[in-house]
Amino acid sequence: MTLFSKRSRSGMALVALALGVSLTATACSASDGGGDGGGDGGGDSYDIAFLPKSLGNPYFEASDAAGQSAVEGFGGTYKEVGPTEATADGQVTYINTLTQQSVDAIVLSANDPNALCDALGEAQDAGVAVVTFDSDVDPECRDIYVSASNAELIAKKQVDLIAEQIDGEGQIAILSAAANATNQNAWIEEMKTYLDSDYPDIELVDTVYGNDDDQTSFDKTEALLSTYPDLKGIISPTTVGIAAAARYLSTSDFKGEVALTGLGTPNDMREYVEDGTVTSFALWNPEDLGILAAYAAKAMIDGDITGEEGDTFEVDGLSTDQTSYEVGADGVVTLGDPFVFDADNIDDFDF
Amino acid sequence: MTRTLEATTTAPAAPSVGTRLRTLLFGRSAAIIALLVIVWIIASVSVDNFNTPNTLYFLILDVFPVLLIALPMTFVIITGEIDLSVASMVGLSSVTIGALFQAGVPVPAAVAAALVVGIVGGAVNGFLVTALGLPSLAVTIGSLALYRGIAVGILGTTAVTGFPDVFTDLVKERLFGRGTAIPTVLIVFIVLAIIAIVILHFTGTGRSTYAIGLNKEASAFSGINAGRLKFWFFVATGTVSALAGVFWTLRYDSARGDNAMGLELVVVAAVLVGGVSIFGGRGSLVGVIAGVLVIGALRSALRLADVSSDVINVATGLLLVVSVIVPSIITAIQRLVQRRRAAAAAS
Repeated sequence: MTLFSKRSRSGMALVALALGVSLTATACSASDGGGDGGGDGGGDSYDIAFLPKSLGNPYFEASDAAGQSAVEGFGGTYKEVGPTEATADGQVTYINTLTQQSVDAIVLSANDPNALCDALGEAQDAGVAVVTFDSDVDPECRDIYVSASNAELIAKKQVDLIAEQIDGEGQIAILSAAANATNQNAWIEEMKTYLDSDYPDIELVDTVYGNDDDQTSFDKTEALLSTYPDLKGIISPTTVGIAAAARYLSTSDFKGEVALTGLGTPNDMREYVEDGTVTSFALWNPEDLGILAAYAAKAMIDGDITGEEGDTFEVDGLSTDQTSYEVGADGVVTLGDPFVFDADNIDDFDF
Repeated sequence: MTRTLEATTTAPAAPSVGTRLRTLLFGRSAAIIALLVIVWIIASVSVDNFNTPNTLYFLILDVFPVLLIALPMTFVIITGEIDLSVASMVGLSSVTIGALFQAGVPVPAAVAAALVVGIVGGAVNGFLVTALGLPSLAVTIGSLALYRGIAVGILGTTAVTGFPDVFTDLVKERLFGRGTAIPTVLIVFIVLAIIAIVILHFTGTGRSTYAIGLNKEASAFSGINAGRLKFWFFVATGTVSALAGVFWTLRYDSARGDNAMGLELVVVAAVLVGGVSIFGGRGSLVGVIAGVLVIGALRSALRLADVSSDVINVATGLLLVVSVIVPSIITAIQRLVQRRRAAAAAS
């Protein structure tokens, strides 16, 4: 029972070193997101801080870079801070720090709907405007939520895309994430309603669940195609599902025969768009989301909006050229239709 | 192999264990306290918004779980063992409270149950290490995965929230009222810290703890039951980690399986920065507490100075590496000097 031989001593030393190295290594693996701003906003302009779920996430790098151009475009001071891991407690420390620094507005995408509430409440008490985007917190804990889209628009866009690709008739199937995923099910219900009313010649034959697991989604795609030989198209409203389905299709005989669309990211889908497996797919444009969030923060600071339903504010620089937005119920501002990515524009995006 | 040989041959020339401990204790602790003061003064002067009551208030709340867990972890590491399952226990404790609260159990009862889970989890580690003689590194890497797995398994990716305000406000209350720096929960830590300091530095149990870490065989010959002590230290880390889980859950009003992910590294890092030797046998609680606060103050100051979080992690990592390396270098130099002197005396 020698618990403590010399061998285990050197083992312990290794652990100590490994701990040190891993702390440093975690730091290095994340990209240098920024947060090097001058700090001193002065209070006479717009001192706006972006707080993504974590630094180094390409999606938020895209949204925050666009947010930065927007903030600097209207003469504000921009900075981006955030934890290297996407945790709620990491974000809380940054919310506290920003409160101490008395920034004018925090624009954040929340890692937890409730855990940030207390810290955000203190920020609001100190006069900081709180705008969430992409992922919301409890509506009581923020002023404005900039939502990428809504269930109806997301569902309709995907149905329109598949209908266009299969010429409005034939069998389709849905490859979803988990059977109990709330947002997925809401979208699927909207899709069914829209199919019934607008596309009577399209038949939805099955909905299968890949559980947002690459291999499961891949196998379910294979099963769908063997069960339904006449299948014309697949909608996968989840980024994991659509990428796995595309991978299956691209190496199968069904490539180019069975259409595939849904919600995907340009980086996942690029090779399948280039090789012709996928014609087009949808998602929101994170750059537009960042710009809209920046302008919502500006409008809050100016007092143009307070989060009340019906308030309106101006936006400049969106890819859709929309320039005016209205605050909806519960302080939600909706960016709009999902953005369609295809061979012509996919190389403009890197996330 | 030469290490043990040297230890025995040079032992008569070295100062008594007591004095050696005392110099190590106060020498190292004093250095860390000095570092804390220096960091604090530099930050107060050069970083905007640092010199406010809120800085200390947020700092204490942020490092509170680390402060708590570092106390029993110091005992464990001084005996030459390690407990890497502490952060998973924070998560498991959080999930226990969450799942029971969701099922309608009142918060105090749920908290009690979480503490029992901590005691049991710690006892399992302690049993495997002391009764079966397995290395604590392997055992607690296993329980790290096991406890986290159970925690995430119970609640999945969902969170339980909406704990009564009475309890969530309690952990955030400021002792001297609005705008002041000291959170009331600090009292819990101060009480535990006093108990721990008395045990480690002023009792026979404490001397045995060091003896086990310095030389296991010798301590066994002098009648110390190393296994029993270590067992209770593992029970203590489990229990205190569960207590940290209670704090975590109520502070963020969010019981989740992935709460405090990776915190074990922060705790071990803080204990090492605080001057505890990873080989066991050396260190003091005053140094450890100062070590936790140094890391907390440094991170807080760098955040307020708008330094990006990856650079902050680099700085914290370097602090750890340096604090592990510097004492070894000093020891090597001392040994060299001693050898030179011995050689000079012999000639």
